[in-house]
Amino acid sequence: MLLVDAVIAGVLLGCFYAAVSVGLSIAFGLLDVPHIAHPAFLVLGAYGAYLLGEQGMDPLLAGTLLTPIFFVLGMAVYRFYYVAFEARGSDAGLRGLAFFFGLAFIVEVALILTFGVDQRMVEASYIGDSVSLGIVRLPTRMLVAFGVAVLLTIVLSLYLSFTFTGRAVKAVAQDETALALMGADPVRVKQWGFGIATATCALAGALMIIIGPVEPGLGRLYIGRTFCVAVLAGLGSMPGTLAAGIILGVAESVVLSSVGASWASAVAFGILLIVLAVRPAGLFGR
Amino acid sequence: MSGIQKDVARGIGALAFALAFGAAPALAQTKEPIRIGLSMAQTGPLSGAGKSGLVALQIWRDDVNAGGGLLGRPVELVVYDDQTNPALTPGIYTKLLDVDKVDLLIAPYGTNPTAPVMPLVKQRDLLLMGNFALDANAQIKHDKYFNNQPWSSAKDAVGPFLGLSTKLGAKTIAILAADAEFAQNLAGGVRQGLKEYGLRAVYDQNYPPNTIDFSSMLRAIRAQGPDVVFVASYPSDSAAIIRALREIGVGDSVKLFGGGMVGLQYASHLEALGSMLNGVVNYHVWAPEKTLDFPGMREFVARYQARAKEANVDPLGFYLPPYDYAIGEMLAQAVTATKSLDHKVLAKYFREHELSTIVGSIRFGPTGEWARPRMIYVQFRDIANKNLDQFRSPGKQVIVAPDVFKTGEVVPFNQLRR
Repeated sequence: MLLVDAVIAGVLLGCFYAAVSVGLSIAFGLLDVPHIAHPAFLVLGAYGAYLLGEQGMDPLLAGTLLTPIFFVLGMAVYRFYYVAFEARGSDAGLRGLAFFFGLAFIVEVALILTFGVDQRMVEASYIGDSVSLGIVRLPTRMLVAFGVAVLLTIVLSLYLSFTFTGRAVKAVAQDETALALMGADPVRVKQWGFGIATATCALAGALMIIIGPVEPGLGRLYIGRTFCVAVLAGLGSMPGTLAAGIILGVAESVVLSSVGASWASAVAFGILLIVLAVRPAGLFGR
Repeated sequence: MSGIQKDVARGIGALAFALAFGAAPALAQTKEPIRIGLSMAQTGPLSGAGKSGLVALQIWRDDVNAGGGLLGRPVELVVYDDQTNPALTPGIYTKLLDVDKVDLLIAPYGTNPTAPVMPLVKQRDLLLMGNFALDANAQIKHDKYFNNQPWSSAKDAVGPFLGLSTKLGAKTIAILAADAEFAQNLAGGVRQGLKEYGLRAVYDQNYPPNTIDFSSMLRAIRAQGPDVVFVASYPSDSAAIIRALREIGVGDSVKLFGGGMVGLQYASHLEALGSMLNGVVNYHVWAPEKTLDFPGMREFVARYQARAKEANVDPLGFYLPPYDYAIGEMLAQAVTATKSLDHKVLAKYFREHELSTIVGSIRFGPTGEWARPRMIYVQFRDIANKNLDQFRSPGKQVIVAPDVFKTGEVVPFNQLRR
């Protein structure tokens, strides 16, 4: 029974991991941008939800309303990154990494100066409550994370597969030159894609503060987890991101409920190593 | 007269004027300052308390300087942010000593960042004022370490909690602890005390830092049906555990829940968790209860709270701030009494004298910990949601142990949460 509980809790936790990683799957997986500041944007999204939550707005609604602002922010960040780094030459990767590290610190310090260092939480009817399914009790906030992650994955998968701009984003990951020959501007496509990746941070950030308290430096703790999910998924795969998140979540949850709880993180990352050894392109990578 | 001669003549004139018109205290402030070095968690998981502690030290510095300084010299704090990262503190303290040339040292806030500094101060035979570090000197045994926190060892710290377990007739206990120095030390204290308090551990697990969801662990604990659950956790974990406690529950058998949860002393947590805290029994160092009304304490808290608003830090300041102010008070007493900044002389003073502070009278024992430990345990009662002001009044954090400070009897957790 305990194992069933742990697996169900793990699936819910894994969906949360997928929600916070899906933007990185686009930015890093599809667009090849070393977006190490992704978790910092998640925290920014969480604070946005907190700020609107203080005015009485539901955090999930706040996250949804913030997505257009984050979309524009993402487009602006990519444009700067492109002009300052990507357009200038072959070592853009390493310098870009430094740029995004710097950006993450700027976001963190800006949050510290604005909100202080205390941990912040939000209130909502589904926080602190649970739902009973038979003999299993499930935290409602985790069910919300589950729902949002599944919805986000479906919407992004459909968008990337069936819309012109979505397919262009996928195409730019495969062959920039070919895309340019078709008459599309790869830079504008990447800028659009990065905007979408950043927009997911608003919603996923809202989930982050629904799940637990946030503080300005929290993003650092998510760097490992989000990159782990994105790489395990097979770079750029939306269903893969959901599957990878669930695998990590279930592994962590089962180990936490067993006798060797201390090994939870190690087991999760061990799975990544094993999968990469067997399938270097990741679970859903080609 | 050359330009330089004119400048010297003007300087002598100004000096004479200052002396003639009684500007001696101001002149003292122009002397080379006494530099006190420390690192403080100003970012990272412990920064909520760290920044509030720093505000308290700044209030003390301003108080001392307004009174003419120490030994006629102004006091200056040299502070670095250790980011709550133990890996950074040895480098920071080496810089404080070798580059900044500080005169005195205060330890970082907390056990984890303090532990790596201990070999350095032992090797250089330096005075170090500890700042809420649990058992940091247990192995090193440095004779110039004086730790300002109201408990002397992990076993002492958890003793009152285990005593409450016995009082409630508990026979079994579950231990849940973070994989980090402070939490592990506390959990070790519980394990040491099991036999003495007639308890049997039915669940004993550590969890890795940064764990997000604790529902699996609470289910595993519930499956064992313990009478008591002892938790040693850090701020974000504490919030997640309290939420999971409300959502998943821990079973009807549990008579006592809590113990060593860091964060349940911070205003942000108290306000956000609200009624979810009811029934939890947790350690604390001060609460606005009549038995802890030390001279000067309430005045300090009022002054701190005024400063906290500007500094955007913990608005209550019941946890670290009074104790950090007290570190300053103790240093001032020792330096003034000995008229020295020599670490050997000051350490001798600390070993031999009782020190008067806003957190009460303090005497240090042979290991540099408080000779009369005073870890208090409070039970959250009748807490409403979204109301920080309620915590400023007595009756919300009822002191249930130890007996000498008790303001109410412990009520079984399963009874309060029914």
